[in-house]
Amino acid sequence: MLEFFNTLATQSFLQNALLGGILASIGCGLTGSFVVVNRIGYMAGGIAHSVLGGMGIAYYLGLNPFAGALVAALLAAIIIGVIKLKWQHQEDTTIGAIWAVGMAIGIIFISKSDGYNTNLMSFLFGNILIISDEQLFIMLLLDIITIIFVAIFYKQLVAISFDIEFAIVRAINVNLFYLLLLCLIAITVVLLIQVVGLILVIALLTLPAAIAKQYVHSIGMMMLLASVLGMIFTSTGLFVSYEPDLPAGATIILVAGIAYFISSLAKSFIRFK
Amino acid sequence: MTKAAIEITDLNFSIENLSILENINMTIEQGDFAGLVGPNGGGKTSLIKLILGLYKPQSGKISIFGEPVKSQRKAIGYVPQYANFNNDFPISVQDTVLQGRLGVSSCFGRYCREDKVIAQKVMQETEVFDLAQRSIQSLSGGQMQRVLVARALAAEPEIMLLDEPTANIDQRAEKDIFDIFKAINERMTILIISHDIAFVSDYINKVFCLNKTLVCHDSTPVTSDTIHKLYGGHVSEVHHHH
Repeated sequence: MLEFFNTLATQSFLQNALLGGILASIGCGLTGSFVVVNRIGYMAGGIAHSVLGGMGIAYYLGLNPFAGALVAALLAAIIIGVIKLKWQHQEDTTIGAIWAVGMAIGIIFISKSDGYNTNLMSFLFGNILIISDEQLFIMLLLDIITIIFVAIFYKQLVAISFDIEFAIVRAINVNLFYLLLLCLIAITVVLLIQVVGLILVIALLTLPAAIAKQYVHSIGMMMLLASVLGMIFTSTGLFVSYEPDLPAGATIILVAGIAYFISSLAKSFIRFK
Repeated sequence: MTKAAIEITDLNFSIENLSILENINMTIEQGDFAGLVGPNGGGKTSLIKLILGLYKPQSGKISIFGEPVKSQRKAIGYVPQYANFNNDFPISVQDTVLQGRLGVSSCFGRYCREDKVIAQKVMQETEVFDLAQRSIQSLSGGQMQRVLVARALAAEPEIMLLDEPTANIDQRAEKDIFDIFKAINERMTILIISHDIAFVSDYINKVFCLNKTLVCHDSTPVTSDTIHKLYGGHVSEVHHHH
């Protein structure tokens, strides 16, 4: 057990991993709260998975896969958003299509590049132990963008999440804010990919926020609690996975899943007592 | 001459070729307390949403104080149907009421002092001030309904549109809420959808009966013949004694 802390004190890769988890948690607390109250986990899933297309193309062209991920995530967010706003009745089919087509594009491009297996695996399931200083800096930047945006437009974002018709009546440009919210989700997805990979992103985006929702009565508090919970889950997952050499991303998700399960049980026990 | 609060001329509305409203002409003057009654599926909610600009009519015109709806949004307060509500949302009563300040508040970013003062005033008026810090998840149907009324009032509108504001509450609470509406009516125009024609008739000065078209309007006396036209043949008359 001590080995973890010894390594943490001396090795920058583990420091970066811990810091990466913390930075990712801030984004996931802020955006995840809106995903949970809007019940748009499926949309967030579509954005997250289609990102592989962008990563694959960038990787094939020898560019930074995370730049590709960001472009693809924003593109997917806008397409999904427009479909949701304009053709509501076909929403789930279309999101499913974008989800799968994005992944298919990614797999095709990655297969035509070198190092097919290792890279595909780290995109899909993340590799928190190889976060570079540069990536940490990008994560910090994405966090700052998210925090500023949420701080300025908090009341509008809460209003469209709570009651979209009332928001229209109160002259809020709901289409614009809805698209911006999806773009925020896209940014967060990219933040989280290095930590847990794109398949597990949804869990880290929704579980801390869903737990937080059980205990607080405002979106602001939900964001704060979800961020702290995210930090606890990523750090605990990293710690638990380190010595037995388990995949860190999967361990983090397992920790979050167990916490959600226990919290929901405890909550319903209290309610029925 | 003062302009009508709401004026609708030759309005037709359909959703995917299914005609919802046909040839609607109605005028609500400033200061009116108007009731909109009719069977389910008769188009009451659609008409309110058209007035709010949430739906677009196929033809016809709606003006608010002589202007198009979009430029008059500040003047309108809206209380939606309680049944469609997301009661699970983590938000306090005060923050819900403050949402009424959106689009009318002069403050950028967070809600400011002026917004909070107005929110407190309307919460007192609707008797939910004591609940201000409570989560909406913990409210009863009647309490939630008042919160939604307070939220609409927070915009300090000149017209209030209410969609079945008493659908889920018992009759005593219903009377209390209508007494609040009556007080509000002193300073603004009200259009209210109700299922209970006998009950609202004690409060309103104008009634519109809607079943795809306007079956009766203004101060036409509501006879059993009108009720027959409105609801079809299966209504038995119930006499209310007040």
